[in-house]
Amino acid sequence: METQTQDKTLREKMIGIFETRQETIFRNDSPGLVERRKAAIESFKHQGFPTAKTENWRNTDINKTLLADYNYHLEPTFQKGQDLSKIFKCDIPHLETDMISQLNGWFVSENGGIKTDKQGVVVGSLAKAKLKYPELIDKHLSKIADDKKSGFVALNNAFAEDGVFIYVPDNVEVEVPLQMVNIINADEDIFIQNHNLVIIGKNSSLRLVQCDDSVDHQRSLTNTITEFYIGANAELDHYKLQNKNDNSTLINTMFFDLQRDARLSTNAVTLNGGMIRNENYVTLNGENCEAKVMGVYLVDKAQHVDNQVFIDHAFPNCVSNELFKGIVDDSAHAVFNGHILVRRDAQHTNAFQSNKNILLSDKATVNTKPFLEIYADDVKCSHGATIGQIDETAMFYLKSRGIGEHNARMLLMYAFAAEVIKHIKIEPLKIRIDDMVKKRLRGELSICEQCVLHCSSQEKEINFAIDMSKV
Amino acid sequence: MLSIKNLHVSIEGKEIIKGLNLDVKPGEVHAIMGPNGSGKSTLAAVIAGREGIFDLTEGDIYYKGKNIAGMSIEERAREGIFLGFQYPVEIPGVSITNFMRTAINEIRQYKGLEQISAVNFLKNMEEAKKLVGIQSKLTNRSVNEGFSGGEKKKNEIFQMAMLKPDLAILDETDSGLDIDALKVVANGVNALKTKDNATIVITHYQRLLDYIIPDFVHVLYNGRIVKSGKKELALELESKGYDWLKDEA
Repeated sequence: METQTQDKTLREKMIGIFETRQETIFRNDSPGLVERRKAAIESFKHQGFPTAKTENWRNTDINKTLLADYNYHLEPTFQKGQDLSKIFKCDIPHLETDMISQLNGWFVSENGGIKTDKQGVVVGSLAKAKLKYPELIDKHLSKIADDKKSGFVALNNAFAEDGVFIYVPDNVEVEVPLQMVNIINADEDIFIQNHNLVIIGKNSSLRLVQCDDSVDHQRSLTNTITEFYIGANAELDHYKLQNKNDNSTLINTMFFDLQRDARLSTNAVTLNGGMIRNENYVTLNGENCEAKVMGVYLVDKAQHVDNQVFIDHAFPNCVSNELFKGIVDDSAHAVFNGHILVRRDAQHTNAFQSNKNILLSDKATVNTKPFLEIYADDVKCSHGATIGQIDETAMFYLKSRGIGEHNARMLLMYAFAAEVIKHIKIEPLKIRIDDMVKKRLRGELSICEQCVLHCSSQEKEINFAIDMSKV
Repeated sequence: MLSIKNLHVSIEGKEIIKGLNLDVKPGEVHAIMGPNGSGKSTLAAVIAGREGIFDLTEGDIYYKGKNIAGMSIEERAREGIFLGFQYPVEIPGVSITNFMRTAINEIRQYKGLEQISAVNFLKNMEEAKKLVGIQSKLTNRSVNEGFSGGEKKKNEIFQMAMLKPDLAILDETDSGLDIDALKVVANGVNALKTKDNATIVITHYQRLLDYIIPDFVHVLYNGRIVKSGKKELALELESKGYDWLKDEA
C-alpha cells in the first residue's frame, strides 16, 4: 500500500509512484504497453489535472476534490477469490444478467478471472486478458483513449491495471445482458483508476448495463475509462446507472469507435453523486452509423453533474441524436457540453442535440453549451437547450381532473424525465429505473437502496429530497 | 347547477368577456356557439378555475348555489366540474391508467371516501373504454402522447366517463373530427346524460348539434351572449352565418 505525505500534491504523488514502482505497474504488460504507459505519463506530466482554466472544465471545479489525501493501491486490497455474490445481489425482478463485479476498481473473480463461453464470448479481468490475449490487447488498449483529451485520461492510461475485458467475436448475438458493477467500499479515502475494454465483432450485438455505486460514505475519487470498439454492422445497447454518495467523485470517460453500419445507444441515468463527470467521445468511423447518446440527471444539495459529449461525424450518411434532461434543486450544479463535429466529407449527416433542464431553486445552476462545428454543406443539424419551469397549461390540465398541486407537479416532473427513460430497451431495467426516478422525486431514494444491489454492509439511511413545492 | 351573473374577464388588460349571464339547470344541455375570438374558450377556462392571465374584473359564478370565486381548479373538479379541452395536453411517461387512478383517488379523498378498489377501477375503465370505442390497452399508453386528433378527443370523453362530472363543459370537442369520430364523441356524451347532470357544449359548427341535441343554444359574440333560443337557432346560424347578429350586438 502506498501512503502519501501531506506536502505532496496528488499530481506529484502519482508521478512519484510511477517512477518508483514501475516493476509492479508493468508486471502484466507487453513491451508495447510499457511504451504506451510511458507516453501517457509524459502527457500527464505535461498536462497535469484539468483546472478551471481548461476549456471544457470551466464549469466543473475539480480542484477541491484533488486536495484530499487519497490512498492509491497498485494491487487489490481484498483477498482474491472471495465470494462476492454473498455481498452483492442484484434485485431487479425478472432482470437476467451475467454480472461482472469490480470492487474498488479491481476485477472480482471466482474462477481464474477470465472465461470464454460456447459462443466464444470472453468476459473477464483486463489484467488477465493482457496475459491471455496479448494481441487483442496490444491492438485495442489505450488506442482510442486519447491522452490529449485530459490529464485524467493520460493518468489512467499510465496506471490502470485492471478493469473489465469483454470480447464478442464476429456474428454473435449476446442474448443475456452483461451487467458491470463497480462498487466502492473502503474504510479509507481512496483514488481508484480502472480501465474497461469492450470489443464487439462485426454483425454482433451486446447489451451492457454499467453501474457505479458506493456502499459506504467514504470520500473517493474514481477515474474510469471504457473503450468500446463496435465493429461493422454491430450493435451496442449501453446503460450507465450512477447512484453514489455525496463524498464521491467519478470521472467517467468513454470512447466509442463505430465502424460502418454500426449502432450505438448509450443512456446515463444519474440519480445521486457528489461530483460526476461523464465524458462521451463518439467517432462515427464509417458510413451509415447511428449513435444515440442520452442521459437524465436528478441532482440536489451541493451535487454536481457534468455531461460532455463529443460526436465526430467522420463519414457520410450517419445519424447522431443527443438527448439530455435534468432536474436541478438546491445549490446543485448541472453542466452539459455537446460538441458535434461534421467533417468536410461527412455529407448527408443528421445530427440532433437537445438539453432540457428544470431548475427548482434560485441557487441551482445549469450551464449548457451546444456547439456545432460543420464543414460539410449537405447536412441536417439542430440543437436546442432550455432551462425552465413546469408547463402551466399542463398543470391546468391535470388539476382540471381533480389532481392536486403536489401530485400534478410530481406527474409532470416524472413525465419530463420519462422522455429519456422510455428509450431503455431492457424492460425490467426500465421498470426499475422508472421506479427509482419516482422515488428520487419523492425524496425516498437512498444510496443504500441500490439500483441493482442489496448490500450487506451497514446501512445508514440518507434521504435526498427534491423539494416539490419549489417546482 | 350553474349561474353566471354579469361576468367580466380581461386578459392582459383587454376585456374578453363583457357582462355575460348564463343559467344552467340539472338535466339540461346548453350549446354555446360563436365565431373565433368571441370568448368561448375563455369562458370555459374561467369556469374551470384557470387563473394566471385571466382576470375576473366583475361578476360572479355560482355553482350548486355556491360562489366559486375562491375555489382552486382541483377543488372545482372535485366538486364535479369537468372541462373537455380543445387541445388536450400530452403527458409522456404517465399512463392513462395511472392518471385516472390518481384523479379518482384524489376526488374520493376530498369526499372522505376510501381509495377505489382495483376491481372497481378496472370495471369502470372497461365501461368507459367501450363507450368511446377505445380498444387498446391503456395501461401502456401515455396520456395523449402520439394520439391523433380524434383519439385525443375520444380520450377526453373517456375521462369524462371515468370521472362522471355533474357539470361538463366541452370546449370545441368536435373540431377536427371526422364524422365517425364525431358520432362516437356525441354518443358518449348522450349516454352519460342523466336528469341530474348538465352539459355545456362549446362549438364553432352546427354539425355537432345534429348528434347532441341541445335544450338551449346561445350565441356568444364579442364577449356577450347576444341571442339565446332553442335548437332551431343553431340551424339558423348555419344557414345565415354570424354576420346578421352583429347588428344585434
